[in-house]
Amino acid sequence: VSNVSEGAAAKVPATPEVSRNILVIGGGIAGVSAALEAAEAGYDVTIIEKNPYLGGRVAQLYRYFPKLCPPYCGLEINFRRIKDNPMIRFHTMAEVEKISGRPGNFDVAVVLYPRYVNDRCTACNACVAACPSERPNAFNFGLGKTKAIYLAHEMAFPMKYAIDDSACKLTECAKCVEVCEYNAIDLGMRPKTMTLKAGAVIIATGWDPYDAARIDNLGFGKYPDVITNVMMERLAAPNGPTKGKILRPSNGREVESAVFVQCAGSRDQNHLGYCSAICCLASLKEATYLRERNPGARAHIFYIDMRTPGTYEFFQRKVLSDEHIAIMKGKVAKITEDPATRRLVVEAEDILSAGKTRLSVDLVVLASGMVSSLARGAPAGPVALDGDHFVLAAQTGAGIFAAGCAKAPVDVATSVQDATAAAAMAIETIQTSARR
Amino acid sequence: MAKKTGVYVCRGCGIADAIDTQKLVRLATAANPGGPVRTSPAFCLEDARLIRSDIEQHGVDSVVVAACSLRVNTDVFRFEPAFVERVNLREQVAWSHPAGHGETQSLAEDNLRMGLVRAHKASPPKPYIEANERTVLVVGAGAAGISAAISAARSGFGVVLVEKEVELGGYAARLHKQFPTRPPYEGLEATDIAAQIRDLRSLPGVMILTGSSVQEISGEPGRFSVKIQGGTGATEVTVGAIVLATGWRPAGPEKYESYGLGKYPNVVTTADLEAMAAKRQISRPSDQRPARRVAFVLCDGPRDDAHLAYGGNVSSLVALKQATYVRAQHTGAVAYIFYEDMQTPGQYEYFYKSVQRDPGILLSRAQVRRLSEDRDRNVVLELGDTLLGGDIQLVVDLLVVATDMVPSTLDGEGALGLKYLQGRNVPTTPFGYVDSHFICFPYETRRTGVYSAGAVRQAMDLPSATRDGRAAALKAMQSIEKSSAGQAVHPRAGDLTYPGFFMQKCTSCGRCTQECPFGALELNEKKNPVLNTNRCRRCGICMGACPVQIISFNDYSVDMLSSMIRAVDIPEGDEEKPRILALACENDAYPALDMAGINRLQYPASVRVIPVRCLGSVNSILIADAVSRGFDGVALLGCKPGEDYQCHFIRGSELLQTRMGNVQETLERLALEPERVKVMELAISESDRIPAMLGDFVNVIKAVGPNPMKGF
Repeated sequence: VSNVSEGAAAKVPATPEVSRNILVIGGGIAGVSAALEAAEAGYDVTIIEKNPYLGGRVAQLYRYFPKLCPPYCGLEINFRRIKDNPMIRFHTMAEVEKISGRPGNFDVAVVLYPRYVNDRCTACNACVAACPSERPNAFNFGLGKTKAIYLAHEMAFPMKYAIDDSACKLTECAKCVEVCEYNAIDLGMRPKTMTLKAGAVIIATGWDPYDAARIDNLGFGKYPDVITNVMMERLAAPNGPTKGKILRPSNGREVESAVFVQCAGSRDQNHLGYCSAICCLASLKEATYLRERNPGARAHIFYIDMRTPGTYEFFQRKVLSDEHIAIMKGKVAKITEDPATRRLVVEAEDILSAGKTRLSVDLVVLASGMVSSLARGAPAGPVALDGDHFVLAAQTGAGIFAAGCAKAPVDVATSVQDATAAAAMAIETIQTSARR
Repeated sequence: MAKKTGVYVCRGCGIADAIDTQKLVRLATAANPGGPVRTSPAFCLEDARLIRSDIEQHGVDSVVVAACSLRVNTDVFRFEPAFVERVNLREQVAWSHPAGHGETQSLAEDNLRMGLVRAHKASPPKPYIEANERTVLVVGAGAAGISAAISAARSGFGVVLVEKEVELGGYAARLHKQFPTRPPYEGLEATDIAAQIRDLRSLPGVMILTGSSVQEISGEPGRFSVKIQGGTGATEVTVGAIVLATGWRPAGPEKYESYGLGKYPNVVTTADLEAMAAKRQISRPSDQRPARRVAFVLCDGPRDDAHLAYGGNVSSLVALKQATYVRAQHTGAVAYIFYEDMQTPGQYEYFYKSVQRDPGILLSRAQVRRLSEDRDRNVVLELGDTLLGGDIQLVVDLLVVATDMVPSTLDGEGALGLKYLQGRNVPTTPFGYVDSHFICFPYETRRTGVYSAGAVRQAMDLPSATRDGRAAALKAMQSIEKSSAGQAVHPRAGDLTYPGFFMQKCTSCGRCTQECPFGALELNEKKNPVLNTNRCRRCGICMGACPVQIISFNDYSVDMLSSMIRAVDIPEGDEEKPRILALACENDAYPALDMAGINRLQYPASVRVIPVRCLGSVNSILIADAVSRGFDGVALLGCKPGEDYQCHFIRGSELLQTRMGNVQETLERLALEPERVKVMELAISESDRIPAMLGDFVNVIKAVGPNPMKGF
């Protein structure tokens, strides 16, 4: 029966009325996945990413649960797909300001921030030695410093350096310009704007860690050994501030014991009303980091509900089969520092014994939850958000879709699934618009 | 064969500081008679045009760029249709070895020699392009299947939708209400499956076959032949790709015996309760009286191992939803939910909170200790581990046990009837879910052109199944587009090459057909392997499997790899200059070696690295070759095998482990020490381990002593 597809519309070409370009806002795992899936189905894609590199939050993770595999394994393959596919274009250090128009024919206003380093950069690293200014290492969540001219990390794609203009004296200094043999530094760069046509838009703007300093009783920002889960990823990463050693930020000593505080912000009307969905699995995973680095170390996880749905349950089982990792049902009430020992004292309720418990440990890791990056501002246009700044599909304009943590707090696996579906809906939009 | 090769030795980024590039130029000139050899302070900048002009004006059709890693400047050094070979002098030589050292120079020269061999041996791809059918077969018309069919039809593809029931909609159509999807995420919502079905019926190019099932599928992406049996007879269609969306069934009552299911009439499953709610009749099966006191047990405690994989976050939400059904249906009704962990991720937390606020719904962590029935056929629960202070007894009208969602792939031979040597079902995990690397490429199955959606992948809610249908349809359409262009699909998307078989030498052992992770190879009546090209993912595992080495790609062949090995200069009689061959997985180990360079870590210059498509593509004869040729050691750098496999070709690193037995036998036969060949796990993020890992291996080799085969 070869006539089944006869009634179907053939693949439409681009026309002035309908663009075959799909705009993807955000180049994290959701955005990159959406872009690749659409491009490999034969559509043009433009990725707009605000960082100087693609990969987003997953580039900052040491390992994925439940396989405990490195995120860069998957990113590498995706970047290779991007390098090999001329249908994908991307702009880093760029943000979408406004979306207007209609399905099949959107106009998108984009601002391109100055990188001060052009495409001639060969990543030879000579500029870094010459640069006299430093900045907190944002990739490491402020742990450690980089020079004002920097490569965010050694696996950064594209492998081009960037200058942080909040830390650089630009033309007043220009030492990097003198040493660059390739004429790749342009300190006179200014922000630019451009307009793109798109047939459909995918919002994959991702998430930020909740600001743990806003939770008064947990001591973040007050005691250096209280850190967040994302900082723990960087401590464990071989390309992190401690080259993979899990050390107390206060004194650089090895961590013998740690408490993981679940729902640090999440499931709390005073902070984030929703559940951030990944934190239980992240803490279980991070407990294995500690155990791997220090065979004598102990980890205690305080939780309300251990949320490891489906087959993730077996990951929980596997982690908890280590008798040095314990879980306790109960909320942490207070964290203080013992002035004599400089260790952290964790006071928590222990629901199962209906009592209270007190633990003295070297490190506290707050499972600080995910905030939609759209909380910092969304593109102008028909993009509807719920009270927590997640994209509300039902009220967002036709032809505009969300994927990953722009839509809800989700894990990497779900982000990839969402992204693939968003790419499908973007293609449907273009095809349907073309047939009208 | 390659015809005219140009060689371009870059001096930039510290290369010329570390090695004598003039020597490389002389080496290339001698080895490449008739072709241009040039050098530049930075070929990636203006001088890229020198390469282009050699191609356009001087007939160069094969380019060797000896500069940075192939991982960077991919676009700059793309000169289609010329063949491009990248020789890594920057990350893996200049940045990772002492400048000006003789061994650093030897490494650079060997890398260049190997690159020249590869350029000379590679031939251009001859894409396999046949006419394709732009139709997607969707098996299963539940939420996932309907969504897939709509997506494919709207995107301009034909659709054949096969459903075994008479009605469309699957379980979605039997749902009373669905979980909240809109702020404030508190109220239950009607499903929109009926509207979806209407939408589907209005689309062009959709053939819907209900009361039908797929009997047999043969062929390959682009051209699958499908036999379908319906109530009114048999149909045969040709489709380009397939979406498997056959959903789930509730687990049988035997799994819930300890909860009294099948024993007491007033113990039912959540699937039963959903049906009662849809009929507005939540009553006791024993006497049809309204069920006013209803308890839900999530069966998620420590003794409920068997249920965990199939419930997921869904069973918590189902219980919360059904508790509100109970409350809505009978005035004064009370519902209890007993759980170990309440799983309401994301915005579903707001739904949980709203249910908690209802004074008629009591939620507690608890485990059922004992269960019985009283004279009125009420169910008597004895609960322990509660948050209510000690053990309690509770009498209810109706007990509802959370239903497992058992994937239909666990039943029989699955729903596709694949006429494949490797079996009729798609390969599954031990839980019965379709096997894929579910984090990175969730919709892939191990049967190219077949994509899974919905509850055959994992237990999921309705919006997720709808999303899945969309996504799997896209993958199916992609597979059709890619095969139409003669290109591979994920993960080597766009690759135009495919394995060729030198059949005169085939011994019909069939190993390639067994080891292919994707079932791409069938046996013909003479027991010879036949490649279904569009099923092939181009991993080269068949090449590694073949005991007589008759399988090769145009740009990746046995002859090429073995000639590259032979191109390496092996110094004799110098114990301080051992030579180690490292075969490195191109996706993980090779980039990790680059990272070591980017971080300016130093590792032994005695190691010669050849990237391989997958460790599974490494033939044990190649390893034996290297040892006979005089290499003192061979390191195989790849990813983690086993349950948590990372291999993008699923079985590559695992298969290599099994082949190591052959390698050890060969070493024994040659009277060589077993330590000379070693498999090492190296993840992409572990560049920091490289200096010690390779350093230790070199020390072991030095202790064992030089390979006595040198010079033979």
